[in-house]
Amino acid sequence: MTTPVLSVRNLNIDYVGSEADFHAVKNVSFDIAPGEFFGLAGESGCGKSTIAFAVSRLHRPPALIRTGSEILVGGRNVLDLSDEELRKFRWREVAMVFQSAMNSLNPVLTIETQFYDVLRAHGPISRADARARATELLKLVDIAPERLDSYPHQCSGGMRQRIVIAICLALNPKLLIMDEPTTALDVVVQREILQRIDVLRKKLGFAVLFITHDLGLMVQVSDRIGIMLEGELVEVNDAQTIYRRPQHAYTKKLWASMPKLRGEQTRVEASS
Amino acid sequence: MSDPILALDNVSKVFGRADKPVYAARAVSFALYPGRTLALVGESGSGKTTAARLIMREYTPDEGRLMFRGAPLGKADSKALRDYRSSLQMVFQDPFSSLNPTHTIRYHLERPLKLHQRGLTAAQRQAAIVELLERVKLDPKLIMPKFPHELSGGQRQRISIARALAVNPQVIVADEPTSMLDVSVRQGILNLLNDMKAELKLALLYITHDIATARYVADDIMVMYAGQIVEWGAVDKVLDDPRHPYTRLLLSAVPDPDRRFDDIRFADELGRIEEIRQQAALAQPEVSQVGENHFFRPMPA
Repeated sequence: MTTPVLSVRNLNIDYVGSEADFHAVKNVSFDIAPGEFFGLAGESGCGKSTIAFAVSRLHRPPALIRTGSEILVGGRNVLDLSDEELRKFRWREVAMVFQSAMNSLNPVLTIETQFYDVLRAHGPISRADARARATELLKLVDIAPERLDSYPHQCSGGMRQRIVIAICLALNPKLLIMDEPTTALDVVVQREILQRIDVLRKKLGFAVLFITHDLGLMVQVSDRIGIMLEGELVEVNDAQTIYRRPQHAYTKKLWASMPKLRGEQTRVEASS
Repeated sequence: MSDPILALDNVSKVFGRADKPVYAARAVSFALYPGRTLALVGESGSGKTTAARLIMREYTPDEGRLMFRGAPLGKADSKALRDYRSSLQMVFQDPFSSLNPTHTIRYHLERPLKLHQRGLTAAQRQAAIVELLERVKLDPKLIMPKFPHELSGGQRQRISIARALAVNPQVIVADEPTSMLDVSVRQGILNLLNDMKAELKLALLYITHDIATARYVADDIMVMYAGQIVEWGAVDKVLDDPRHPYTRLLLSAVPDPDRRFDDIRFADELGRIEEIRQQAALAQPEVSQVGENHFFRPMPA
């Protein structure tokens, strides 16, 4: 087997409190292979976003990664990087699309300037070269180059989301983390964006860590899926097995709580 | 079917300048019946919430009229409007912002009782609050003194439903009531809405962009695009045999674990998104009947 892009080993993250610590992530280990689409599912509060933030070391106090945890990207432990190494590491090796990514663009800068900012921060580049690169990147996500001179508020939500994804791809990262990237969008736009990501990762070869609570969507697009429950990774398997032959009781329960689009409609008594 | 409680008769709502009108709702007609759930589905910006606001009388129609228990609702005086509003209640999308953080749950439920059932004594109100909380499957003793921030999203949405039920409404408009909740909690809220509809003979308008949950709760469904209802009918008929290209587009985009992305690859409707969007946004006055209780508006050729 090839070396994984991301290797998480015995990851423990606590939210430190004045009386007791909250164990948000409990001894989680998993690997993501190059070019793989890995899904992490679970309900709010299960620790999936905490993991996403930890991988690019964007977690903030009171979140504390316990000693003994390892997050290996390209063989290096992300937790040991110095500030300067970390600055170079972000965007170039791991880029992240946040849940409300469409609102994470700077409202007072044109789209072009936002591309330029990222490119310039990671190496000398002329304004003209940056514009050429930005045009190329926008083409990947199916946005006309004229949009470079637009401001974020002039673009629709789906368009802004695609622009953020294009910026994330600017430095050819090996891993793209997407934390609920499409929850604020309607299904048609969601589908357009995810299909595009799927095409791009096959073309450009980056791996994806995809976080959502929508299991149906996850099975459609992921190669492998991990299911989280209260900070623990309770089941990891390829997507079809998670769907057709779930092993853990919680995975089965998650499936039972999803209304079906076809076939028998049965009433499910879920807990609240 | 019995007579409708509430009906929209060719209602339009126009925004923007006279020379460049934007139809948020265009010739919208539908009816709500006691004990039946009607789902209104469509993407953001399609006019779903405009329809809800027209019903709630937050907007007055620019064309067409609202019929309430068979009579047109004109420029109502404040008394008539209050009666109308106590027959109609709304459950909102966001249970985190639709409850007042500075008041207890008890206050939230007592207030509508005070305003709309003025004859009640304090003891009767207390009894009514207990009954409401039991109805939505919450423990009255435990919940009453709490503040909204002490409750989970699902519990809060149950409070929103209890608050809506407090005034004995005949119609409930639920605007995306589960989209902010975890999948594992959604089902409980949908079951509750279903039970309330059946037990209290409520007419329910369920607004959503999630077709799978619409199928779970609704008897009938309407698909809205660019202010128009492009297809409507019995929920199974519409979903099993969608006729309007936008309905098909919407259905093919619903997350479906049985269809891997590898296999579909921008197939069918998704490849024609722009074309369908442009065509579907034009006025489509024709109505074509597919079968009993299934209609759609053919797109202009």
